[in-house]
Amino acid sequence: MISSLIVAVLQQIPEGFERVTGGQQVEQIPAAPLVVASYAFFLLLMVFYLWTIWRRIGKVETDMRALEQRQGQKR
Amino acid sequence: MKKLFVPLAVIVAAMFVAAPIAIARADYESTMLLVQKIFYFHFATWMALTVAIGVCGVASVIYLFKGSKAADWYAAASAELCVIFGVFGLFSGSLWGRKAWGVWWQWDARVTMATMLVLVFLGYLMVRKYGGPGSEKLSAAMGIFGAATAPFVYKSVDWWRTIHPQTTVMKTLGEKWPGAWMLVWFCSLAFILLTVLLLVARVHLEAMRSRLDDMYLAAEE
Repeated sequence: MISSLIVAVLQQIPEGFERVTGGQQVEQIPAAPLVVASYAFFLLLMVFYLWTIWRRIGKVETDMRALEQRQGQKR
Repeated sequence: MKKLFVPLAVIVAAMFVAAPIAIARADYESTMLLVQKIFYFHFATWMALTVAIGVCGVASVIYLFKGSKAADWYAAASAELCVIFGVFGLFSGSLWGRKAWGVWWQWDARVTMATMLVLVFLGYLMVRKYGGPGSEKLSAAMGIFGAATAPFVYKSVDWWRTIHPQTTVMKTLGEKWPGAWMLVWFCSLAFILLTVLLLVARVHLEAMRSRLDDMYLAAEE
């Protein structure tokens, strides 16, 4: 069954190159997903970058507090 | 600057809300149609990158020859922005190229040199992170050379005629299509102001890190 299907599909594929005849068969790459992807990527990149800055500032603040506490305990 | 940060953030946020609406409403370009709309943020990101490169180059020179700590913070912060904006510039260019050139990537003079430029600043950050003691000076030298490379990247499209549009595109855009010219500079201004905001935030982080280092040193003594 499957082998007969494969044979049928293969028989539909033309051998060699064939020129386009009639109509306007031109290759079309849709632009909308590319434009949306570009702007979405920028938004995600900015959100990610702002998150990393916020996280790093938070880490430094935590370290500062821990150090101050240790200093306070020593005294 | 701290007082200006919040009002500036509000202005930048408003500009980034307005920009996509204006871009969506802008006319199509005659040959590329919809995909040309990538141009508005693509060009603007390279403008922001240029500002970040300028800051990194000047701050690196000041740090290397005068030893100013603040200059080192500005250099490190702007180098990171160079990588961020560079990555977006290359990514958006790749998406635009997929439709306009028919390929995701082209080893065109401008694209290749821009990639090298981003890699120089990525190298700056890696040297700084993993270079050990004294890496600040080594990375400052990289920052200066990265900044020196920027004019070559800009002129590459005029010197080596390949597939990327030439620098004259912006000059002719102002004459032929003032609406698009205004919009692209509006986006560029939004990106440049965003660069200022991010730079202030990153410099604040560097200043805090420096203060923490001083605290550790004081604790050891």
